Amino acid sequence: MTTTAPRSFQEIILRLQSYWAAQGCAVLQPYDMEVGAGTFHPATTLRALGSRPWAAAYVQPSRRPTDGRYGENPNRLQHYYQYQVLIKPSPANLQDLYLGSLAAIGIDATLHDIRFVEDDWESPTLGAWGLGWEVWCDGMEVSQFTYFQQVGGHDCKPVSGELTYGLERLAMYVLGIDHVMDMPFNDPASPIPLKYGDIFRQTEQEYSRWNFDQADTDMLLKHFEDAEAECERILAAGAEDKAGRRIVMAHPAYDQCIKASHLFNLLDARGVISVTERQAYIGRVRALAKKCADAFVTTEAGGGVAA
Amino acid sequence: MPDLLIELFSEEIPARMQAKAREDLKKLVTDGLVEAGLTYRAAQGFSTPRRLTLAIEGLTAESRAVREERKGPATTAPEAALQGFLRSTGLTLDQLEVRDAGKGQAYFAVIEKPGRKAAEIIAEVLEATIRAFPWPKSMRWGAGTLRWVRPLHSILCLLSDDHGAEVVALDVDGIASGNTTRGHRFLSPGAFAVTGFDDYAAKLKRAHVILSSDDRAEHIWHDATNMAFAAGLEVVEDKGLLAEVAGLVEWPVVLMGKIGEDFLGLPPEVLQTSMKEHQKFFSCRNPKTGRIEAFITVANTQTADHGATILKGNQKVLSARLSDARFFWENDLRTVKSVGMEGMAAGLAHVTFHNKLGSQADRIARIEALAREIAPLVGAAPDLAAEAARVAKADLQSAMVGEFPELQGTMGVYYAKAAGLPDAVANACKAHYQPLGPSDDVPTEPVSVAVALADKIDTLTGFWAIDEKPTGSKDPFALRRAALGVIRLVLGNGAHFSMRPIVSEATTRLLVGLIRTSHAGLLAGEDDGNEHWNWGDTVVYPDGSSAERSERELRQSIEAGEVCMEVSFAGRSRRFERPANISSDLLSFFHDRLKVHLKDQGIRHDVIDACLAMPGNDDLTLLVKRAEALAAFLKTDDGENLIQGFKRANNILTQAEAKDGVEYSFGADPKFAEDATERTLFDALDTAEAAIAPAMKSEDFAQAMSAMASLRAPIDGFFEAVQVNTDNAVVRRNRLNLLSRIRTICLSVADLTRIEG
Repeated sequence: MTTTAPRSFQEIILRLQSYWAAQGCAVLQPYDMEVGAGTFHPATTLRALGSRPWAAAYVQPSRRPTDGRYGENPNRLQHYYQYQVLIKPSPANLQDLYLGSLAAIGIDATLHDIRFVEDDWESPTLGAWGLGWEVWCDGMEVSQFTYFQQVGGHDCKPVSGELTYGLERLAMYVLGIDHVMDMPFNDPASPIPLKYGDIFRQTEQEYSRWNFDQADTDMLLKHFEDAEAECERILAAGAEDKAGRRIVMAHPAYDQCIKASHLFNLLDARGVISVTERQAYIGRVRALAKKCADAFVTTEAGGGVAA
Repeated sequence: MPDLLIELFSEEIPARMQAKAREDLKKLVTDGLVEAGLTYRAAQGFSTPRRLTLAIEGLTAESRAVREERKGPATTAPEAALQGFLRSTGLTLDQLEVRDAGKGQAYFAVIEKPGRKAAEIIAEVLEATIRAFPWPKSMRWGAGTLRWVRPLHSILCLLSDDHGAEVVALDVDGIASGNTTRGHRFLSPGAFAVTGFDDYAAKLKRAHVILSSDDRAEHIWHDATNMAFAAGLEVVEDKGLLAEVAGLVEWPVVLMGKIGEDFLGLPPEVLQTSMKEHQKFFSCRNPKTGRIEAFITVANTQTADHGATILKGNQKVLSARLSDARFFWENDLRTVKSVGMEGMAAGLAHVTFHNKLGSQADRIARIEALAREIAPLVGAAPDLAAEAARVAKADLQSAMVGEFPELQGTMGVYYAKAAGLPDAVANACKAHYQPLGPSDDVPTEPVSVAVALADKIDTLTGFWAIDEKPTGSKDPFALRRAALGVIRLVLGNGAHFSMRPIVSEATTRLLVGLIRTSHAGLLAGEDDGNEHWNWGDTVVYPDGSSAERSERELRQSIEAGEVCMEVSFAGRSRRFERPANISSDLLSFFHDRLKVHLKDQGIRHDVIDACLAMPGNDDLTLLVKRAEALAAFLKTDDGENLIQGFKRANNILTQAEAKDGVEYSFGADPKFAEDATERTLFDALDTAEAAIAPAMKSEDFAQAMSAMASLRAPIDGFFEAVQVNTDNAVVRRNRLNLLSRIRTICLSVADLTRIEG
């Protein structure tokens, strides 16, 4: 297969979208909440649970407040994009499918050195772990490849295969760009060519200031506690609604868990969480994630009820 | 005799697990085969990132038939005995034989196990091996339940002899065995069949896979050193990295790249660590300048552009990494140049060392006091040692050590020099951590020795005080290593001092500090069995008045054992031991470690015990000098025989003392000597005593023992000619007193009663 080199950030995303669509994945849209990584999308966290087959691919805007550098660092951003693929059960040829996606975005395996280097994945906030690799292309990490073993404290049966691409880093490599802000977002030959910096330099500055200096920590703390309380209340409300229908509110509860997780990240960026408190906060979010997982596996999508 | 070839082909196996996995495969399979009655001539395991392989030569084609005969109960025995025998053999009554068993008739069970084909046994053993493989971490995949390190794709299992090869049929969770494998993931991805090990290894090589990790490592090292040599450089040897890299590639292709000019000013250790940790690169050093100027990376593939694209990519990643490192380096240098090392160390006040032992800054203050005290004992200037102690751990606060913890100490030396501190102080930043293990060098610069000893003694007294001593295999704070470090520092530098007062004073100082920082409570009073503990050095009395306790008062409370480390909710306190007890206990720990250390050097445990029983045993150098002299002495004929003579004298004397109820200790007089040998012994003792006393005074144990050796012939002669317990009471008492002189002389050198044999 000969592929022409992509010319822009968005072309790489579009190629990944059509590649994974052609492999039979449902191409979903980003989740409409602030998350730290593509894994938090319920299409991964919750759908990795239970017995029902699943195949989804999507872009997820992700936020890591502590990584903000006012748009000055060539590689670090507090807001960035991940491309996420989750297939359950993991197909036997998942490595080959993955390598096919690299070919699709112009990484030619006959010219590059592509390696699977041990890297076991663990998310203490989600109570999740898996085994896999970080994938190296010429010494650079371009993806994370994981076979999920546990999510929310539940064994994954069957096992999902998860692929995560750090889009900015991958695209910078493919496009030969040294500073993320210089990366063409759309085709440079467009009537109005836009670079990554045209779209995100200002927002990186604004959010860096807010994340590090301005966010009201008392308010964030209150929101954290509200989200935690609401999550627990929703799950404690019972499966039966006022008309006697069985409706377990796993997703609304999980939204509150995601909120709590992001609020914790913001508090962390403001530097108000000490080393010992940190563990306690992570434990609180993990407890919520576990309860949401417990609830989800009792639902139809979670394989707990026959369809 | 057939040969067996097994290959388990999977997705990429972590490099660090491969060596053990190939040995485990070999052991589990060969053990299983042998247990089932097969034998083999040789077996060898191999591994690549995607396969574990086992080649067994000269396997027997089938297991031998086994005939086992068991005697049962007599025919006249009760029914229950017969039933029990049937149950244990799994036979029925009509299958038993009745034979004459000497004393009447008895039942016999004859159990015949027919021989089994090798293939049948192999299939069973291999399946059991796969299902119970001891991976450090394993996983499930897809919809299956089988566990392997990463998804297992195929099983090759082939039994071959002169007539051809045959697949050993087995099926593990849907993975059926076969005779095919695959080559390199990108260079030769197709499947191919093989007929035996030689064919397998040769075809793999054609398919761009070098099967043996040793061969891959050798290939990498060969090409790397050649390439570096051609550029006038040398590769920095790193066996661990070489083994790891050999486990990351099936077809190693070595590439060399230059490090950008901008980064050549970084310390070589920084370049080396960054390249190794993040990129698994080897470093290339310029032998003329000592600088790291290039790197070696090992790709897993060959390309049409001879690796140009790969090298460019790696170089780019390296530049990003080294830019970070340079940023840390320049930042740290700015810090030490503006606020000095002590300024850099300021933040350590907020870093906890241990929740019961206070902050790193508290600890550094203790090490400083100890280093100042130890300095004169090891020939260092106290002020310099104290300064070195204050700055030795400053680099823990540097950005570079934050990123690369393994550079602690190394960076300290650079930063201390940049801050303008003298070399002796700067070098202690690194050397005070040494020796890090039994093979690490022992520092010799006096300032470094003083701080290294202080650092380790503080660690030991601290954890001893809070009762966190090593137990069994658990030693989370590496206290055995610290104690051995102290021993090697003392012996390696011939340092001569008593350990007990130093340890005891260090413990007292520790407790004073813990009380002042409210890490320890002070007994303020007791009523009705309730203890009142006061935290901090200011005592608040029930009437609300308060008083600050002086150091003297604190020390008195510490000596009295009135300090506690915690009080439970139920009000139960846990007190610190008295410093004297802590130091005695710690000293015996030193002695235990010293025994292990000396035993490794071939000194017997009874020799060590004989020397440990002598006064001054907390001076480790003195102790070892004595033990070495005694060990050497015992290796001579004179030494061995003198011990026998001493023991004989001691036995006679002890028995007589027990019988007579007196101690024979002085008053031996030559005028009561009846025999010539007796007089000779008197003379010899006079001569020996005159020689031994000054030798002991100058701690010349070898000299003292050689003087002692001169007693051997007179003692032997005496015992041959003379009977000690004669009827003449005066002569007997005189001879016993003479024996007591032998005892005194001998025991002045070491406690020879503890020598065995």
